[in-house]
Amino acid sequence: MDTILGIPAVALYGQLVLGLINGSFYALLSLGLAVIFGMMNVINFTHGAQFMMGAFVAWMLLAWAGLGYWWALFLAPLIVGATGVVIERLMIARLYRLDHLYGLLLTFGLALIIEGVFRNAFGSSGLPYRIPAELRGATDLGFMFLPNYRAWVIVASVVVCLATWFVIERTKLGAYLRAATERPELVQAFGVNVPRMITLTYGFGVALAAFAGVLAAPIYSVNPNMGSSLIIVVFAVVVIGGMGSIAGSIVTGFGLGLIEGLTKVFWPEASNTVIFVIMAIVLLLRPAGLFGRA
Amino acid sequence: MPKTPLRLARRTLIGSAAALPLVTPLRGPRAQAATTIRIGVLTDLSSLYTDLSGSGSVLGARMAVEDFNPAAKGFNVEIVSADHQNRADVGSTTARAWYDRDGVDAIVDVPNSSVVLAVNQITREKNKVMIVSSGATTDLTGPQCSPNSVHWTYDTFSQPAGTARAMVAGGGDTWFFITADYAFGHSLEANTERFVLASGGRVLGKVRHPFPGTDFSSFLLQAQSSRAKVIGLCNAGGDFINSVKQAGEFGITRRGQKLAGMLVFITDVHGLGLETAQGLTLTTAFYHDRTDACRAFTERFHPRNRGIRPTMAHAGVYGGVLHYLKAVEAVGVAAAKADGAAVVAAMKRLPTDDPLFGQGEIRPDGRKIHPMYLYEVKAPAESRGPWDYLKLVREIPAADAWRPLADGNCPLVRT
Repeated sequence: MDTILGIPAVALYGQLVLGLINGSFYALLSLGLAVIFGMMNVINFTHGAQFMMGAFVAWMLLAWAGLGYWWALFLAPLIVGATGVVIERLMIARLYRLDHLYGLLLTFGLALIIEGVFRNAFGSSGLPYRIPAELRGATDLGFMFLPNYRAWVIVASVVVCLATWFVIERTKLGAYLRAATERPELVQAFGVNVPRMITLTYGFGVALAAFAGVLAAPIYSVNPNMGSSLIIVVFAVVVIGGMGSIAGSIVTGFGLGLIEGLTKVFWPEASNTVIFVIMAIVLLLRPAGLFGRA
Repeated sequence: MPKTPLRLARRTLIGSAAALPLVTPLRGPRAQAATTIRIGVLTDLSSLYTDLSGSGSVLGARMAVEDFNPAAKGFNVEIVSADHQNRADVGSTTARAWYDRDGVDAIVDVPNSSVVLAVNQITREKNKVMIVSSGATTDLTGPQCSPNSVHWTYDTFSQPAGTARAMVAGGGDTWFFITADYAFGHSLEANTERFVLASGGRVLGKVRHPFPGTDFSSFLLQAQSSRAKVIGLCNAGGDFINSVKQAGEFGITRRGQKLAGMLVFITDVHGLGLETAQGLTLTTAFYHDRTDACRAFTERFHPRNRGIRPTMAHAGVYGGVLHYLKAVEAVGVAAAKADGAAVVAAMKRLPTDDPLFGQGEIRPDGRKIHPMYLYEVKAPAESRGPWDYLKLVREIPAADAWRPLADGNCPLVRT
């Protein structure tokens, strides 16, 4: 029967929807990275581990405290965000005056340690996490059978991305934040507590990763490697979108999800590579990224 | 001012992303002693095959040494282990360092067929011993067979020999393959396809996914639109778990298509949960609840392995190391250290006998022969307690479970 080439249009729609779902995760994760980089100039390699922690906290809340998915969606970002605040205060804050490379090495090391600890404690086969009862089942769209939960992932991701963009680009708080990045001394002179703001920004970026982790828990198995396989792709997304660009990371996240989805149909073996090929091309033509300011 | 650090950061970022997977393997211990046999467990300690092999394989090797009690026979045995990260280059480097520098005499376990084939060459070149338990490719006892290697637990022939035949006999005569894109997946797919065609079935399509993968929904949707009755999953460990979970989510099984996992471990069933895994058919060489001896082994094993019950890969490491040590005793420690091929020849000469696999033999091509078992995953209501997951469908006699000696094109057999 016809599969790869000459694929029927209806099957293609299905693949595009799947691409959007993956894009939702890319967008959420790259958004967190962009916030952290844009506001703090820190390349947060711990992001994948924090995504994984979000999923694990969701699992722990259910298994140990009996708190279900909706609680997890709210509490896991808070808990993981709080660990982020501790990490920022105790470690990252000491590195701001040094080259970026040190922040990168520190967060990379932390990621390895966190993943190792979880692997030791929970193994690598992953833990089952069930889709919440309200979102079970699926809707027949005619061209595909879309699980309700996946539709929810797209909606939740779009809402959170837009809200974040709005807060940073369109509110007074966002204006303070952006000002603190450009001229910290001046903003401090106006009586704004800049170090605390930066700490909270890091916590927020981490919370975004944890939020994505909770969203991912019912779809992928909750296992210690779930972040490390995503994070490289997400870094590529950030580079393509333009480092630190909020809107860029959102648009690129969804866009690359779509492109990857199509690649899985036409040339599945290349679906791991296609994003990096695009990254290479973008870097050659627009070194600052699609949405970056050169 | 803000521009320069920005550009620098991006460059650093890309560079370090490229360097991310480069983490050096653990170093084994040093000095060699003439009366010490050193066994290296080369395995996956950090990724998707960790639970099915990993530290459980190291424990399997240790328990074999404890049960063999080499001190009473006048020699010592040391176990070392390393993580090959599922990469043939890391596996090869570790194998060379172990053989050349650390005095390792035998490498055991070795999940990931790509690593198996790489280490197979090195083992032969250095005249050491490799006993594969987790790796699956039949090439190891086929075109690439070696007088220094033994393939213990299962292979890409024995797995479909049980599951694919049973599925086709049960009416699943049209297939679509979702295959891990590396040596293991290709080999498993080719063997499965052979069984499907030979039993009168047809293959409607196939798709190869990057290894390791996370999102399989796209491939599952392609399988769904093929309308094949059976979706053959030629992948393993975390890839298999995610495929099955996502197939459930997209309602593939509810619409009448059946999933056939070609290589399924008890840890996969555990990771999926019975709710999702129930009804799956699987072929295995070992199930911890099959016999009294298996149960006794399991009771000693799981408290030392974070409660995880032994998989067939762990059992195979135990059986393989036990038999290896018997062969070392037969040829003498000094001779065993000097000539790996002599030890493997002795392993083939001696009949195998251990509590987990029973009596068997090792064929001239290095294939260990024992019966396989076809199991079905229980429904949640049928399970009587933790890790009570499988019910026996039937035993697959050794004569049907393994590729006939003459069909493998192993040069050792032709001459």
